[in-house]
Amino acid sequence: MKVLVPVKRVIDYNVKARVKADGSGVDLANVKMSMNPFDEIAVEEAIRLKEKGVATEVVAVSIGVKQAQETLRTALAMGADRAILVVAADDVHTDIEPLAVAKLLKAVIDEEQPGLVIAGKQAIDNDMNATGQMLAALLGWGQATFASKIEIEGETAKVTREVDGGLQTIEVKLPAIVTADLRLNEPRYASLPNIMKAKKKPLDEKTAADLGVDVSPRLEIVSVKEPEGRKAGIKVETVDELVSKLKEAGVV
Amino acid sequence: MAVLLLGEVTNGELNRDATAKAVSALKSLGDVTVLCAGASAQAAGEAAATIDGVAKVLVAEDALYGHRLAEPAAALLVGLADGFDHIAAPATTDAKNIMPRVAALLDAMVISDVSAVVDADTFERPVYAGNAIQTVKSKDAKKVLTIRTASFDAAGDGAAAPVEATAKADDPALSAWVADEVVESDRPELTSAGRVVSGGRGVGSKDDFALIEKLADKLGAAVGASRAAVDSGYAPNDYQVGQTGKVVAPELYVAIGISGAIQHLAGMKDSKVIVAINKDEEAPIFQIADYGLVGDLFATVPELTEKL
Ligand SMILES: Cc1cc2nc3c(=O)[nH]c(=O)nc-3n(C[C@H](O)[C@H](O)[C@H](O)COP(=O)(O)OP(=O)(O)OC[C@H]3O[C@@H](n4cnc5c(N)ncnc54)[C@H](O)[C@@H]3O)c2cc1C
Repeated sequence: MKVLVPVKRVIDYNVKARVKADGSGVDLANVKMSMNPFDEIAVEEAIRLKEKGVATEVVAVSIGVKQAQETLRTALAMGADRAILVVAADDVHTDIEPLAVAKLLKAVIDEEQPGLVIAGKQAIDNDMNATGQMLAALLGWGQATFASKIEIEGETAKVTREVDGGLQTIEVKLPAIVTADLRLNEPRYASLPNIMKAKKKPLDEKTAADLGVDVSPRLEIVSVKEPEGRKAGIKVETVDELVSKLKEAGVV
Repeated sequence: MAVLLLGEVTNGELNRDATAKAVSALKSLGDVTVLCAGASAQAAGEAAATIDGVAKVLVAEDALYGHRLAEPAAALLVGLADGFDHIAAPATTDAKNIMPRVAALLDAMVISDVSAVVDADTFERPVYAGNAIQTVKSKDAKKVLTIRTASFDAAGDGAAAPVEATAKADDPALSAWVADEVVESDRPELTSAGRVVSGGRGVGSKDDFALIEKLADKLGAAVGASRAAVDSGYAPNDYQVGQTGKVVAPELYVAIGISGAIQHLAGMKDSKVIVAINKDEEAPIFQIADYGLVGDLFATVPELTEKL
């Protein structure tokens, strides 16, 4: 079974995003960029399926700017077999909407015919939590989102999902879309030899136009602003002082 | 303008708080019709009918909807979409699973985690772990939204709106429910609680997490946790507060042994009063705390529990 893993290049999770002075977005020039952490988890899971002999090939796909090549090289260094980049924007500040990403992924999937897609549940930049679900809809496939455990059993995937009330286990017919939550696994670091090897693995490049998908946004970004700030309050010296402050504030 | 709101129904019961918060976010947009779907959903529908601002309730009662699987729930919503300009749900894990699927089926872009409604086409939502607030204007004919419940007060009670049954949609038969693992608790629910006490990695073990629970019980609070505490097995996954967990905005939030990573702050920084207890006076959590206590939690938390 071929497993396809979409990966996104995003601001590194350790970097605090700064809103641009003109209110048009977040400043991404000269900011450290990395693979979306949830996508790393997805790549790791796909590689583990290959190591277990369940998957035969792992294909990483990224949609975005040319620089997403680096993100794909990371996936290849972790252990993906080959990569596909769909260039859909020139400016690093352009975020392709999940609906357009899903349409592009559908076009790639129509060609690649994977038996399973594992995506991250959410990108930590736009925080939409939507691409996997939208892709499943467009393909007419089943979906198992927010996965903390995946077992492939013949023609189905048994997936444990992290939900508001605790955990839910479902079975979904293959081919299907699974989205990875934080506790699915701990992604490996790529070793130096594997980073070198990754440079030689195939990385195909296409454009959104090649795939015949219109990526123009449905949501116009009117403005981006900083949230209302919160100031540090006071330090209390003792538990007694804390109790009296909380009583004064009327919260206990 | 008319709004179709997916009510939050779990095991036949309406989550009134989440549903009523979504109603108050949406009622300026037009008549709100609430859809309650479930293996049993009539009682939930009748409860939803009494939320102030609800014009009508539709009940889809069928085993197919018993576990809120995304494919049948999305098919049901899409089947009902005609005549509605907005299709929305409170941003629970169920809705986050279902609504993007609905949007794609309608060829619309979902607008997740709406924190303010500006007008019928324009919405605010947090991005980058809440470090920026984006205002977006949708060009889609139908808007599909999820509502960040922590940003809205729950609508009150009103006169009962009419409740009607609605037919089920075709079963896409793509997935099946296997099991739920739900920990029953008498404590308040995290996202609706007025007070929340959360523990982090500093708590050190599952056994010692009882310190957090004892303080929470003394305060009548819900219990939360950081990702590190959940990953380490001190607390179950549904306790996680943050960018990728639950978003809370209680009157009082007590963060114990939590450093204050941006991903954690994203889920609690709109709380009214924040207390931090941490042995590291440099911990970033103190930069947003109203009251900070520098000290060892193993000494200060039991003392606090006793003195409250
Ligand atoms: C994609 C992604 C998503 C994430 N989503 C979330 C999320 O939703 N929610 C979330 O919380 N995190 C999330 N994180 C993780 C986040 O980055 C932090 O790693 C996490 O919040 C740290 O948890 P912590 O504060 O408990 O642990 P630490 O950062 O290790 O802090 C422990 C704190 O305890 C204090 N301490 C230790 N011992 C004591 C003692 N005896 N008494 C008092 N204080 C003590 C220490 O001084 C320290 O400040 C996410 C990360 C990523 C990459």
